[in-house]
Formats: sequence, C-alpha cells, structure tokens
Amino acid sequence: MRLRSTPPSDIKPDEITPKSLYLDRRRFIESAAAAIVIGRTEKNSFSTTDDITERKAATTYNNFYEFGSDKEDPSQLAHTLKTDPWTVVIDGLVAKPLTLSVEDLVKPEILEERIYRLRCVEGWSMVIPWLGFPLKDILARVEPTGNARFVSFTTLLDPEHMPGQRRSVLEWPYREGLRLDEAMHPLTLLAVGMYGDVLPNQDGAPIRLVVPWKYGFKSIKSIVRISLVETQPPISWNLSAPTEYGFYSNVNPEVDHPRWSQATERRIGHFLRRKTQVFNGYAEEVSGLYTGMDLRVNF
Amino acid sequence: MEAGASRPGRWIKPVVFIVCLMPLVILGSRAIAGNLGANPIEAVIRNLGDWALRVLLLALAVTPVRRLTGLAELARYRRMLGLFAFFYVVLHLSAYLVLDQFFDWEAIAHDIVKRRFITAGMAAFILLVPLAATSTHRMIRRLGARRWQRLHRGVYIAGSLAVLHYFFMVKADIRQPLVYAGVLATLFGVRAAYAATAHWRKASR
Repeated sequence: MRLRSTPPSDIKPDEITPKSLYLDRRRFIESAAAAIVIGRTEKNSFSTTDDITERKAATTYNNFYEFGSDKEDPSQLAHTLKTDPWTVVIDGLVAKPLTLSVEDLVKPEILEERIYRLRCVEGWSMVIPWLGFPLKDILARVEPTGNARFVSFTTLLDPEHMPGQRRSVLEWPYREGLRLDEAMHPLTLLAVGMYGDVLPNQDGAPIRLVVPWKYGFKSIKSIVRISLVETQPPISWNLSAPTEYGFYSNVNPEVDHPRWSQATERRIGHFLRRKTQVFNGYAEEVSGLYTGMDLRVNF
Repeated sequence: MEAGASRPGRWIKPVVFIVCLMPLVILGSRAIAGNLGANPIEAVIRNLGDWALRVLLLALAVTPVRRLTGLAELARYRRMLGLFAFFYVVLHLSAYLVLDQFFDWEAIAHDIVKRRFITAGMAAFILLVPLAATSTHRMIRRLGARRWQRLHRGVYIAGSLAVLHYFFMVKADIRQPLVYAGVLATLFGVRAAYAATAHWRKASR
C-alpha cells in the first residue's frame, strides 16, 4: 500500500510537460489527425490543481462492464476492441445530422487538456488529465432544433469484441443521457485522450464523455451515437436499479446510495478518506443548472 | 486406543493448519510487493472476505462430506476450520474498521444501520462470536452436547447472512454470490436429507 510521505509540490501539475508527455501527445495528435500543434493545446481555468492520479491506476482500475465487472477485467480484455475504423452518428432533433469517422469528427476541434476530478458512485475518486474538446462545440456543428431538450449517448454494441455484453448484466448497449443545458455546459467534455496520449481501450477509446460533476458512470465510454431528443432518455444503470441510480446522478454528499455513503471518498493512491464535495467541487460552475430543483428527489 | 505418536495421519492436522494460513501469507506478500492494484485497501478487504466465506463453507462441508464418504476422521478438522473461518471474519471486519474507515465510529455506526450489506455482515459476525467462544472441549462439557449442538446450528444462519452480505454488496453481476449461495444450499440440503432420513427411520421402527 502506498502512503503519502511528501507534501504536494508547489508546481501545478499542468505546468509540467515532460518530454515523454510531449512526444506521446504529438504521436496521439498525429494519429488522430487533429489539425492542431502542441502549442495550441491550451491550459485551462477549469483544470484542478489536485495531484494527478498515477496513470497506471487510471488504466488498470476501471468500471467498463462491457469487458467484465471486475476492476481489472477491462485492462486485461479491452485490447480486443476495434477502434479503427470508428463511426460516430449525431442525429435526432438537429438541423445538420452527421455520420463521421472519429478522425473527421475530431479534426476541426481544438484539443484542450483538462485535469478533472472523477468521482465514482462507489466511493473512490481519481484526478485525470483528459485531452478533448467541449461537447457544445460538436452540438453547435449539428444545430439542435428548438424542441431538442436532452442528449442521449450510446456505446458500441459488439458482443464479439466486448465479452461482457454476452451476458445481460446490464441492458446493452450502454446508454447515458444529459439535459441539453448540461450537455452545453463548458465543463462537459468529449475526450479522445488522457495523460497526453490516446485513450486506452479500457478507458473508453476512441471517444468518451467526461462530466466531472456527476458520478463516473454518467461519463459514457466508446460512443457511437449522440442523439438529440425531446424527452428524458433511458440510461443503463437507472434501468438496472432505479432506486439507486438517478438520471441526474450529480455528486452529492447529502444523498446516500444504499450501498455506499456518499459523504466521503477515497482518492486512489491516498490512505485516509476525504470529504466528498457537492457537485464534486464544481458547484460554482454548475449549481446554477439546478436552481429550484430538489436534488434529493432528482438524485 | 492407539498411542498418539504412531497414529497414522498425525501430520495432517498441522498441514491443514498451514494450508489455512496460506491465503493470509499470500495476501501479505502481495501487500509487501505492492501488488494489490490501484485500490489496495479494497483489495485487502475483498480478499479477506472471500476467504472468510470460503473457509466457513469448508467448515460447514465437513459433516456432510464425512457422512457421504464415511471418512470419520474428517470430524477432527471441523473445529480448526471453523476457527479459521472466524479468524478471517475478524481480519475482514478489522480491515473495514481500520483500513477503510480508520476508526470513524460515526460513519461505521451509520453504515451498520443504513447499508443493508453491512447490516447483514455485522449480524453474521455477531452470530459467530458465541460459536467461536464455545469451541473448546470445556465449553462443550459445560453446555452439554445437546445445547452446544443447538447453539452451533446457528452457523447456518451466519453462513446465510454472510452470503446475503455478499449478494447485497454487488451492483449487478451476481454470479459470484450465486455460486456461494449454491454451495451453501447444497450443504444445507444434504444435512436436511440426512435429518429427514433419520427421522423417517425412527418413525418406521
């Protein structure tokens, strides 16, 4: 077990760009055919200065039930996933639906590094440097129509390469959803990389959602479809256990899960539990989205 | 009675003892080697819980297996297996209290009341305490064989609560707890079948 013995460094993690990170990032950006250069990967006021979780932890301790329900399963089994070619459909209530390869989808976007806290509903958390772009930028390209109120996301359905889908542990394919204003929030990210490199398969390659103020399962992985819809879309964990997982699933220390207290969390790599922050510490940015809502009812 | 020194299979008991310690030795060496994954505390708690349940089921299997196979000497290992099960239960509970909660008694009390999987686990532990405490020959004599046996049938309730504890804990993939539930049900079934046969024989005599 690793215990922390040194005080955190004064240097903010996002001010350090080791050579290996630089090279990895360039390799990634080349392979993703993104039309940007290193200098334009912007630093960002949304990034936390918390210590970044070890990459090894973030790539070996995963909840990705498509590859099994043990934390180690995805890192051992996800290599079978074929991420090239990969097509993403953006459709529904939009003026300009898109069906694009992930490369063409990402090419016009400016990638940013965002260091976000990730809080799992199971009571653990990590700090991960994502590479991606705001979801709102893509939504602007497809022009949602006036009656679009929600965004529905779907993961690939491929039991041949996703062994977890051969058993009905959840209703496949995995689905998630956001209200349109949540989806348009500048914190909401579509990530294509992490730790300066392409996303490993077990972390949701080639493209995944990151919504840092919600429990981790909202941040759907390996997306093939994004649909703009009028009514609240069904989401997988809510279908599986409606009393345990709500549609909103905002990080909230006040609302307990039947299996886990949500008052505290264990940051991976640290020994003592710490207090969980409302909206995972992003209250200043997002609490306005929920004015007038009872978050105990809409958990 | 033959002399203890020349009894065949005298070496079996220490071997069983050492085998029962192996899970702890392996877990300890993994911890020292830093080989417990990204969430070592969770790994320790889960591993100890797995072994507590496995050894408990093994202890429960002694009597049914003895009856099915006629290997009377198996009874000699029952107490040791039962105490090892309790040993792993205590380690599992301690890991939760110390490593996971770090003596946050308020949070622990909250967990016991509100999390049904912890309620079930704690109830199983409490039921096992008097069984471990009355495991000596002296206690058997003091209680009398009948009362002792009746008390120790509580192990089936503790075993059921332990399986329930696991069942309540998993989110969606219930395969593992189902395996344990199946083993427990089989052992209970064998025992019930023997009890019914004995009852039937008595009645028809």
